Amino acid sequence: MASITTSEAPRASVLSSLTESRGFLSAWFMLPSAVLLLVFLTYPLGLGVWLGFTDTRVGRAGIFIGLENYQYLWDDSIFWLSVFNTLLYTISASILKFVLGLWLALILNENLPLKSFFRAIVLLPWVVPTVLSAIAFWWIFDSQFSIISWALMELGLIDHRINFLGDPTNARASVIAANVWRGIPFVAITLLAGLQTIPQSLYEAATLDGAGRWQLFRYVTLPLLTPIIAITMTFSVLFTFTDFQLIYVLTRGGPVNATHLMATLSFQRGISGGQLGEGAAIAVAMIPFLLAAILFSYFGLQRRKWQQGGGD
Amino acid sequence: MASVAIRDVFKSFGSVEILHGVSIDIEDGEFVTLVGPSGCGKSTLLRMIAGLEGISRGEIAIANRVVNTVAPKERDIAMVFQNYALYPHMTVRQNMAFSLMLKNVAKAESDQRVNRAAEILSLTPLLDRFPRQLSGGQRQRVAMGRAIVRNPQVFLFDEPLSNLDAKLRVQMRAEIKELHQRLKTTTIYVTHDQIEAMTMADKIVVMHDGIVEQIGKPLELYDRPNNLFVASFIGSPAMNLLKGSIGGEGAPAFQGAGGISVPLNGARSAANGTQVVLGIRPEHLKLSDSGFPVTISVVEPTGAEVQIIGRTPGGEDVVANFRDRHDFEPGQTVRLSADLIHLFNGETGHRLAA
Repeated sequence: MASITTSEAPRASVLSSLTESRGFLSAWFMLPSAVLLLVFLTYPLGLGVWLGFTDTRVGRAGIFIGLENYQYLWDDSIFWLSVFNTLLYTISASILKFVLGLWLALILNENLPLKSFFRAIVLLPWVVPTVLSAIAFWWIFDSQFSIISWALMELGLIDHRINFLGDPTNARASVIAANVWRGIPFVAITLLAGLQTIPQSLYEAATLDGAGRWQLFRYVTLPLLTPIIAITMTFSVLFTFTDFQLIYVLTRGGPVNATHLMATLSFQRGISGGQLGEGAAIAVAMIPFLLAAILFSYFGLQRRKWQQGGGD
Repeated sequence: MASVAIRDVFKSFGSVEILHGVSIDIEDGEFVTLVGPSGCGKSTLLRMIAGLEGISRGEIAIANRVVNTVAPKERDIAMVFQNYALYPHMTVRQNMAFSLMLKNVAKAESDQRVNRAAEILSLTPLLDRFPRQLSGGQRQRVAMGRAIVRNPQVFLFDEPLSNLDAKLRVQMRAEIKELHQRLKTTTIYVTHDQIEAMTMADKIVVMHDGIVEQIGKPLELYDRPNNLFVASFIGSPAMNLLKGSIGGEGAPAFQGAGGISVPLNGARSAANGTQVVLGIRPEHLKLSDSGFPVTISVVEPTGAEVQIIGRTPGGEDVVANFRDRHDFEPGQTVRLSADLIHLFNGETGHRLAA
């Protein structure tokens, strides 16, 4: 029998062995998403990194200039101010979002009347387009028509309008407040989901073991929530660090660059100013910070010994 | 150690009342099981003793102190949960020492108590592992260790063995019983498994639909069930129950469907014509030419005994166990008579003195 072979047989077996090969099939199925990632993520990222090493301007192809853009930025005080602003903005907004978000999540986790209604309401700031809420905040922070100034003056607490966006300190606090308002829902809802994965029986066991409310939080809720907190806050930090829309609508980086973040400065230099190379270099300078945040969360918070399985 | 008194306790969730006046007295050092089918209120009652659920009406006293309004942590009880409820982020040692840490017990004493409990439960080599690294039986032991360390007045067990496989369950059953004999701490143990209840308890409380059906020693319940529910719930395989009435000339007999007749052996407790249910334990049936006919449908040899499932002429299922070996065939008709019978009122289900 073995001697009677046709030329069709090997070809068919190549095809069938291809379709049965796990490696080939998985590569084939991953192809569409791989193409999407390459075209819309890897290519722009690579182009951005490349532009950072050139002196490209709008309308003129640049040439490779090595680290010149970075050398320039190293001595640029506005760039360093934007780095400071970004760190200040990210750290203070993230801390506030974490504390308030966790608090909100704990409240929403209780048995409240109209629980699902409140949970839905909480998501609103997250659902509204950023630009829309930024415009609303712009109005709230308006130097003439601010409802906050008006209310405080009517109450007799202040005697002149607050210059929210005109004063550097006020402007920083204002944009941070707007960012916190917008970011809380994400933190609260994600942490709420995390809270709901903690078995009720652990609380009951701890109650019988003699834990009070604070001890329940300290020894049961918080440690069991840590993995979720790590993921949530990593995302929150990344979103905040790369924030652009809020600042661009509210202050455009002003007054006197007091609220310029790296993202807005990059846009201003690269697109508005036309210095594509320099703008790209500023954007690339964000990458180490973002990587550091991810690595910190990955190594410092997410991997817990007790979470890893493994029997005997 | 302490006694526990449950006096006329009611529990409602909203408008639904699930415990309708339960009274149980548990003596110091006793091992009591609450047994009953799902939804009978046994776990709720246990959680009320623990203080995890409020008491709608009635009172619960631990060591003669009414605890209705006492916080769970002040009740000096320890509970073992069905899913163990071990803290996943703590090692076995930390799990066991948690309650001592909250009470600010000195490190040396805490260590000593944990080590002693670990020794009792052979957990010493596992003290530095996390719960995820343990098997089901080991987790179960840690949960018990956590309870022992506290040296409480009462142990509460909420179906602690139902997540274990059959073999381990038998082993843990013996360990818990041994532990109780060693520590002599009052224990209340909830289970839906009547074999667990029978094998472990000093006293069984059979519950059904929020009321106590019967309280007694295991063999008392087995030998003299108060009513049809207890009769059918306690014992495996379950007691055979045949419907019929009392009749016959001369010596009164049970007259069942399909014309079967079982003599009452002189134990007469109801007038002729009374509707009754006859109960016969499978092991009390024996082959006898004067017995009632049963057509065998299934033969199940287990090695130690042979169990047959058959049908009476009236279409009622009958299970019988034989210690000695017989060559039964499906389809064969045998005649069975009973050594020992139970009679229940056909309407109320109550036991008729017999």
